[in-house]
Amino acid sequence: MTMPMMHPKRKNPVLRTQQMNLPPGARGRVALGITTAAAEGRFELQTCADCGAVQYPPRETCHKCLSPRLNWREQGGEGLLLGSTTLHHSNDLFFRERLPWQLGLVHLDAGPTVMVHLHGEVGAAPARVRVGARLDRAGQAVLIGFPNEGSAHMADDKMLREMTSDPKFRKVLVTDGKTEVGQAIVRALVKAGADIVWVGHAEPWKKMGGLDDISALPQVTLVPLDLTNGRSVTELAGAIGGKVDIVINNAEVHRNFGIASRRGTDVAKAEMDINYFGLLRLAQEFGPALKGRSADGATNATAWVNLLSIYALSNFPPHGTFSASKAAAHSLAQCLRAEMRPAGIRVINLFPGPIDDEWNQQMPPPKLAPATLASAIVKALRDGVEDIYPGDVAEEWLERWRDNPKVLERELAHGGG
Amino acid sequence: MTPTTNSELMSTAAILGGLVQALASNRIRVIDLTQTLTPEFPQIALPPEMGQCWPFRIEEVSKYDERGPSWYWNNFSCGEHTGTHFDAPIHWISGRNLANNSVDTIPVQHFVAPACVIDCTSEASANPDYLLTIADIERHEANHGRIPKGAWALMRTDWSKRHDPEAYQNFDETGQHTPGPGTEAVRFLVEQREVLGFGSEAIGTDAGQGYHLRPPYPCHYYMHGAGRYGLQCLTNLDLLPPTGAVLICPPLKIEKGSGSPLRVLALVGQDT
Repeated sequence: MTMPMMHPKRKNPVLRTQQMNLPPGARGRVALGITTAAAEGRFELQTCADCGAVQYPPRETCHKCLSPRLNWREQGGEGLLLGSTTLHHSNDLFFRERLPWQLGLVHLDAGPTVMVHLHGEVGAAPARVRVGARLDRAGQAVLIGFPNEGSAHMADDKMLREMTSDPKFRKVLVTDGKTEVGQAIVRALVKAGADIVWVGHAEPWKKMGGLDDISALPQVTLVPLDLTNGRSVTELAGAIGGKVDIVINNAEVHRNFGIASRRGTDVAKAEMDINYFGLLRLAQEFGPALKGRSADGATNATAWVNLLSIYALSNFPPHGTFSASKAAAHSLAQCLRAEMRPAGIRVINLFPGPIDDEWNQQMPPPKLAPATLASAIVKALRDGVEDIYPGDVAEEWLERWRDNPKVLERELAHGGG
Repeated sequence: MTPTTNSELMSTAAILGGLVQALASNRIRVIDLTQTLTPEFPQIALPPEMGQCWPFRIEEVSKYDERGPSWYWNNFSCGEHTGTHFDAPIHWISGRNLANNSVDTIPVQHFVAPACVIDCTSEASANPDYLLTIADIERHEANHGRIPKGAWALMRTDWSKRHDPEAYQNFDETGQHTPGPGTEAVRFLVEQREVLGFGSEAIGTDAGQGYHLRPPYPCHYYMHGAGRYGLQCLTNLDLLPPTGAVLICPPLKIEKGSGSPLRVLALVGQDT
């Protein structure tokens, strides 16, 4: 049983804020295969196409037959815990600050024996466990030994919380509360146990439904925030930046135009101004504050979530300028990720397909319900993943894009959504 | 214009000299009727699928720092109809074929002109949708004299004292609720009084519900159709006398510009 995490005490203001020392982050190019799968929530190992051997650690060739034909395959992770040990000493700064720390050796049913971080609910060896891959604070894949059947509070495990960004007891900024998506995100965060949800709203004179309902929630505080206005972002960062643990940037402008269907560039600029420059303004103002608090106690600053679009991967011509703005935002989010990773802050990118909102009125279903998108965000925070493609459309597009981006480009040019 | 006998007797040098002296001694005061351009000041809101007027936005270029060690300056962006601004006849479809209908071609003499202030404060405070009537104009004239040809007609509502943008915009689910002129009052001012233009304190010269009048947006339609101008987002109208003030309001000289943000100043004599 994991003891449910208690609400942390207030921070002692006379003590030096703990600084982040990342766990060892160096990985070779081949080993990054585990990381890329873990970034999407999967545990994958190399499997030999010739002899079928599954291997760990990753190598250039098969350790059994020396074949170079290795494929990454998803693993169930079932295995037998052979032995465990509890570290009471480490020369590595990250672990030294988090002792004691449990490690185990697991013989996977698939073949290899792997070293894992052990969840506190796993009993003494020998025991059946399930191994999963997670990203650690350095953004690198590590293997974790989970109990076969976890308790209700297993997410509160101290080791696991280091690998994830659970919103429980955390303080979150949602940048736009005026949309259905924003309001669904706020509700999901409150349900997930967030302590405070700051909800941005621009142009307060434009009344949108639903804002009053969420502002009635005791955890919610409305804050003026207009991502097109640098001063508004600066002022909010000054007011709450030092307390925000998770930023969820869901503000976006979405119009349905290609190049020829709308004269001028004003709509495209409005899209870029929020979708791209808005992210830039937000990152410049909130990024440094988050980085400074990434090891600050049990509710440290931990994650940054961007609402992108599956159209960021390949342009959807009927929504061509929107696609371009999301591609720009995706590129900038990669830059943000590179700048936040050394501080141990995770950048999570969402690539949804069409959302069921007023700007997709004329899109046929399936469309992603705002509440589904919101649950996907909370799940991504809890699972500690980096990239998510919520919904059937997004998954299908991703598959086609991975298969052959050029073919997808052609299909989309012919209206094949 | 036919000069009065008095001014014929005075040389123009004496007039200007007297003006300068009166300004220096504060016998003629300069009142600022302009809202400050800030990113927080609201802009006109149209349905989101339409083209939108940009709000005022400002970004530092440098501030005595690594981006420019000894100087401070900003870049800003806005629309022609952002903040306190001037509407030229070309702004509306009814004025699109008139001569000299854009801000760069309007005769500059029109940028210095007398103003009459029609007080509708109590009506507007009782009813945010208040529409100026011919009776209001006639009441004003009964007390303060006929509105002269070529003067600005300014509708004072004290709406500019609503400093909270939400109260200033005053939207509900049926749209915006701000005072403005009724159709008949506009036609009276254009046709019977030949005013230079109409000025208001709210976001537009037309009322918030002006789209539902006949024709839609009558002030824009008739004023600009007759080559007259508009001023909106004015403030400090409560500091002006009902008659006798002189407005100085030159818009930026934008090629084929439909309007422009501007500084609106009023000269007000001690004895007016």
